[in-house]
Amino acid sequence: MQESCPTVKSILLLDSEGKRVAVKYYTDDWPTLSAKLVLEKSVFTKTQKTNARNEAEIIMFDGYIVVYKFIQDLHFFVVGGDDENELILAAVLQGFFDAVGLLLRNNVDKKTALENLDLILLCLDEIVDGGIILETEGSVIAGKVATNGLDSAGSLTEQTISQALATAREHLARSLLK
Amino acid sequence: MAEPLVKKDDDRDDEDYSPFMGIEKGAVLQEARVFNDPQLDARKCSQVITKLLYLLNQGETFTKIEATEVFFAVTKLFQSKDTGLRRMVYLMIKELSPSADEVIIVTSSLMKDMNSKTDMYRANAIRVLCRITDGTLLTQIERYLKQAIVDKNPVVASAALVSGIHLFQTNPEIVKRWSNEVQEAVQSRAALVQFHALALNHQIRQNDRLAVSKLVTSLTRGSVRSPLAQCLLIRYTSQVIRESGVNTQTGERPFFDFLEACLRHKAEMVIFEAARAITELSGVTSRELTPAITVLQLFLSSSKPVLRFAAVRTLNKVAMTHPLAVTNCNIDMESLISDQNRSIATLAITTLLKTGNESSVDRLMKQITNFMSDIADEFKIVVVEAIRSLCLKFPLKYRSLMNFLSNILREEGGFDYKKAIVDSIVILIRDIPEAKEGGLFHLCEFIEDCEFTYLSTQILHFLGNEGPKTSDPSKYIRYIYNRVILENATVRASAVSTLAKFGALVDSLKPRIFVLLRRCLYDSDDEVRDRATLYLNMLGGDGLVGETDKDVKEFLFGSLDVPLVNLETSLRNYEASEEPFDISTVPKEVKLQPHTEKKAPGKKPSGLGAPTSGPTSAVDAYEKVLLSIPEFSGFGELFKSSAPVELTEAETEYAVNVVKHIYDGHVVFQYNCTNTIPEQLLENVTVFVDASEAEEFSEVASKPLKTLPYDSPGQSFVAFEKPEGVPAVGKFSNLLKFIVKEVDSTTGEADEEGVEDEYQLEDLEVVAAEYMLKVGVSNFKHAWDNMGADCERVDEYGLGVRESLAEAVSAVINILGMQACEGTDVVPSNARSHTCLLSGVFIGNVKVLARISFGIDGPKQVAMKLAVRSEDQVVSDTIHEIVASG
Repeated sequence: MQESCPTVKSILLLDSEGKRVAVKYYTDDWPTLSAKLVLEKSVFTKTQKTNARNEAEIIMFDGYIVVYKFIQDLHFFVVGGDDENELILAAVLQGFFDAVGLLLRNNVDKKTALENLDLILLCLDEIVDGGIILETEGSVIAGKVATNGLDSAGSLTEQTISQALATAREHLARSLLK
Repeated sequence: MAEPLVKKDDDRDDEDYSPFMGIEKGAVLQEARVFNDPQLDARKCSQVITKLLYLLNQGETFTKIEATEVFFAVTKLFQSKDTGLRRMVYLMIKELSPSADEVIIVTSSLMKDMNSKTDMYRANAIRVLCRITDGTLLTQIERYLKQAIVDKNPVVASAALVSGIHLFQTNPEIVKRWSNEVQEAVQSRAALVQFHALALNHQIRQNDRLAVSKLVTSLTRGSVRSPLAQCLLIRYTSQVIRESGVNTQTGERPFFDFLEACLRHKAEMVIFEAARAITELSGVTSRELTPAITVLQLFLSSSKPVLRFAAVRTLNKVAMTHPLAVTNCNIDMESLISDQNRSIATLAITTLLKTGNESSVDRLMKQITNFMSDIADEFKIVVVEAIRSLCLKFPLKYRSLMNFLSNILREEGGFDYKKAIVDSIVILIRDIPEAKEGGLFHLCEFIEDCEFTYLSTQILHFLGNEGPKTSDPSKYIRYIYNRVILENATVRASAVSTLAKFGALVDSLKPRIFVLLRRCLYDSDDEVRDRATLYLNMLGGDGLVGETDKDVKEFLFGSLDVPLVNLETSLRNYEASEEPFDISTVPKEVKLQPHTEKKAPGKKPSGLGAPTSGPTSAVDAYEKVLLSIPEFSGFGELFKSSAPVELTEAETEYAVNVVKHIYDGHVVFQYNCTNTIPEQLLENVTVFVDASEAEEFSEVASKPLKTLPYDSPGQSFVAFEKPEGVPAVGKFSNLLKFIVKEVDSTTGEADEEGVEDEYQLEDLEVVAAEYMLKVGVSNFKHAWDNMGADCERVDEYGLGVRESLAEAVSAVINILGMQACEGTDVVPSNARSHTCLLSGVFIGNVKVLARISFGIDGPKQVAMKLAVRSEDQVVSDTIHEIVASG
């Protein structure tokens, strides 16, 4: 496995009770719906009490590495094999997290996410294809998703993306100063 | 689609509000009819698709008919020019994974999109089409894909390359034809295109070592743009290093230099990948490790948990092979014990336990005690296992470690955790004689208040075997009899058996045991009463004539020599009749499963089940199998069984490995065969062994395997005679011979007629180390002095030029096959000399101790002084001969 391409096994977006908002599986490690739900439940319960709101956190169990980050009532997870470079998985997580933040214009919570589920699903589609990483840069992912709506909506231009990124950084800077 | 899909309902802005509340599959499928409208409402259609995707994502499934209907309706949406809707259509088609005849419907639409002017269409259409297509269609679109790979738009190129990576699994020969385009894409200026091209290029050439080596050489010098591509290149580089072998890299080492240069890359991802690659190189030297360890050490104090975790996990692995290289990080590790992230804290602790030296044990234990209270059971188990190996490494420290184990045994915890602790105590009792009495006492304390029936019965069983052999067996009786008073029937029954064992072995206790057993005759449970009656009669309790001493011991301590599975089937088949059930009719042949062993190579010998006298439990299992074969029953006691050695490459038609069983005057090869072809049944499987390069051996028996069905392992045996007590060595070539019959895959029945066939296996060797058992001693100096210099022999040897001192030490240990004591198999980095203490048991049950002093000089010339003490001068000389000829 060492000389193989970095692989993501699953990306999960769950709510604050561990229910699915959007999930994506790229391998047959969990062949049935119940196996998937078991994974989601154990991932959720094992991470629930940790504080993953500032920095991405990490846990290893059952031979899988899970990196995760929480915001509001949303829990973001990226699952990889235990051979995988943890930092690559973290980069995927960060890309997903940033892209969702941009697409939902920093209103990142379960309600907004469900109201914009199409964007979330497209976003997942642009990050990983069949386990292979397509892109890890949040703004690029968001850009790809948003170009769809450009003709009709024309709301999320390159400029707004950089603005949104700037506000995101500001937020972070402020929370660090506290 | 950036706007909210469903209008916010301001009145009900509560927490639970969801736009999909009350959604129902049937209703949504009805809604999907809008896809058929002549005037398509793009927004409405997008919403319906989102709802369908929501349902699928929540785990809802569509029936075949529903899926087909939705699929056909969705294909109509290609008429719409709305880009947002088109993206949703792509997603939907991928989710539905249509069947081959449905794919044809969308092929033309997707091919049109593949050639569209809109880049986003092109990229997505490629990904969708490649996802759903099969081989025949692939040849039609191949031309477009090749173009797309070199497309100037990076998204399009990446889409084609990633699709290529997936298609390679099913259609490698087609994808291989894209080699030139992929090669061009590797030079792309777009970071991710380069990454994807690199991955596909490597896949195409993975079996061509030279090409991989060339690729790595050209790219390590050139510029790689994305950190991901750089990581990939690091993986390929370490593959090249691994395949080229360590020794060929003298002087110039471009590949290793590249890895080291990556440690100074600006992306943390790359630095870590390189550090990890260096630590995993086989035969890595301490000097090579140092820079990698240094960057990992910096990561340990990072503010990012992921980085700390990655670093501590890697260092933990390094600590297993190079504990001394990691000691520099100990201070940083110790601060990680209080890390918020418990995974990191546990890894830090276990690393410290591996790298710690004898003097730091006590301090460490103090820190861990505080830590144990607030971690989950699964982490505690890891810690307990680390402490067990630490204790085996520093037997003199058993007191504080045993205390620690007994303390945590008293605290709250689940079954697995408690079992891990009990197992550890049992192993320590077994390996460290001094720890026995204390350990047994801790176990006694534990069963006084143990909620797990399984553990209580196992401990009682163990106590029955070990307790009578201690200096004061009587002190255990109270704990055992308390069980009879206080516990459930299962535990009571096993306590009765334990009492009987004390009675059988300790004559002075016999009368008192009888008193206790008689009280059990009135127990409320029949099993307890039966056992008490049986034991009383057997031991001669009621004035009756008991069985002879030997029979009693055989009955109480001997193992059941039939496999439980076989006994169970025989008992099921037994019909109540005049004739009593006869245990000797139960077949003794075991379906031994070497595969389960292979799957768990790191499996620790389970503490409780294994008897304390035998070397390992695996040997016992083997011994039973061998004893059941009449041809081998005259060979005497089995001395040693080797670990399975593979005689075939992985993933061949027939998988065969061999276990070498060593007897005093015989050697038995056990060939574990697995047939991996479902369409074949093998019969009369034998291994034809050519022993022409093993002069001292002559074949005496061969036991063929009658049938070998698919995926159900079986064994064939060949036995050789050899001069008694002599460590004869030799090389054997093996040929698998059998009759192959075709199996009908539908009925599962085999043809009548078979064809003779044979299959060449790899050679196997019997080396001197096979005649040595690895048996450690806890206090080497003590053992050495006790053994005395009567049969000592000392000599000096030159080992010539070696890679390093450590390599020389491990080579000598391997040749002798002895157990390194007191951690002396680890050589400190930069050491110029080293003393290694070894112990073992040589064939004929002769204890052997060896003290070897190594020295290395400037041009890596290694010399050693070997001092051997044993109970027999001949054996001491033999050990020297082994070294001299090895």
